[in-house]
Amino acid sequence: MISDARTVTRLAIRDAVGFPSITLLASMTGFGSLVHESGLPLVMAIAATAGIWGLPGQLALVEMHVAGVSAFFVILAVSLANARFLPMVVSFMPLMNREGSRTRWNFALVQMLSINSWAAGLKRFPEIERNFRRRYYIVFAVICMSAGILGTVIGYLGVGLMPRPIALGLIFMNPLFFAVLLAGIQSRASMIALIVGAPLGVIFHLVTPDLDLLLTGAVGGTLAFWLNKRLPHRESTQ
Amino acid sequence: MTELPGNALALLTLGAIAGTYIWRWAGVMFAARVKSDGPVFQWVTFVSYAMLGGLIARMVILPIGPLMETPLLFRALAFVIGLGMFFALGRRVLPAVFIGVASFIFLVS
Repeated sequence: MISDARTVTRLAIRDAVGFPSITLLASMTGFGSLVHESGLPLVMAIAATAGIWGLPGQLALVEMHVAGVSAFFVILAVSLANARFLPMVVSFMPLMNREGSRTRWNFALVQMLSINSWAAGLKRFPEIERNFRRRYYIVFAVICMSAGILGTVIGYLGVGLMPRPIALGLIFMNPLFFAVLLAGIQSRASMIALIVGAPLGVIFHLVTPDLDLLLTGAVGGTLAFWLNKRLPHRESTQ
Repeated sequence: MTELPGNALALLTLGAIAGTYIWRWAGVMFAARVKSDGPVFQWVTFVSYAMLGGLIARMVILPIGPLMETPLLFRALAFVIGLGMFFALGRRVLPAVFIGVASFIFLVS
């Protein structure tokens, strides 16, 4: 059990610098390029990265706005696309906090939670004494978010300087990164929903571009929910 | 698009941020009381992932913006290469994305 501040800080730095930071730096470079190429301001790119802090929701915001979808539906779709944060927070908080500590800080700290810090926390917390888990999370998450914001700025400012094929490659990186990160989630339930949703996203976009994502979610999500119950279970769902 | 005045754009972005934060907030607020594996949350999770699947497919097949100028075949091919590499290389994210993007750049140049 690790129970001194220095060791915890060093562990968090070692875990964060490397795969999580590089992934975030690269994926947010793609996002920054997309925002630039969509003709939107840098401050919006940074605000979306720091404020939404989840590539799928950020992409939904930019893509739907550029497609001309009305603000209400954009916000609704971004919000629904990020619903996965709720179960993440619910499973994370009780592990990180001391028993009965429900401070107001949690409401600020939770903003930095992403799939990276969530996974790192779940993996490391059992080795760390309860009083130091929060320190681990903060150090880890601050490094990740810095890498993400840095990537956003690099992508935004850099894409214009790139030869066209590379600029296009940076933008193409968005759906690919997004798909690969989601494919890494080894849960049968989310796989079913992703596969059911994919064709519906295209079909609904052709039929009603304004409501495409919401309809995909409502119809595809319900269908996948039902399919998951009907299909024989080989493994547990989550 | 870009004709939208700065204020409206700021409001849109803030709305999207608030719409995301609400889930984080609810998570902290109800962490002790919410059963995140109940049927309602399961359904919301399915809705969420179906939307993400739809968004990826739409971005590759019917892109908006600069990717419109690239052929569908190139996008589809590079996407399949990238995703295929992810599984072929034992679920390694960065090499897969790198190879996929490199193939795309090679195809469009």
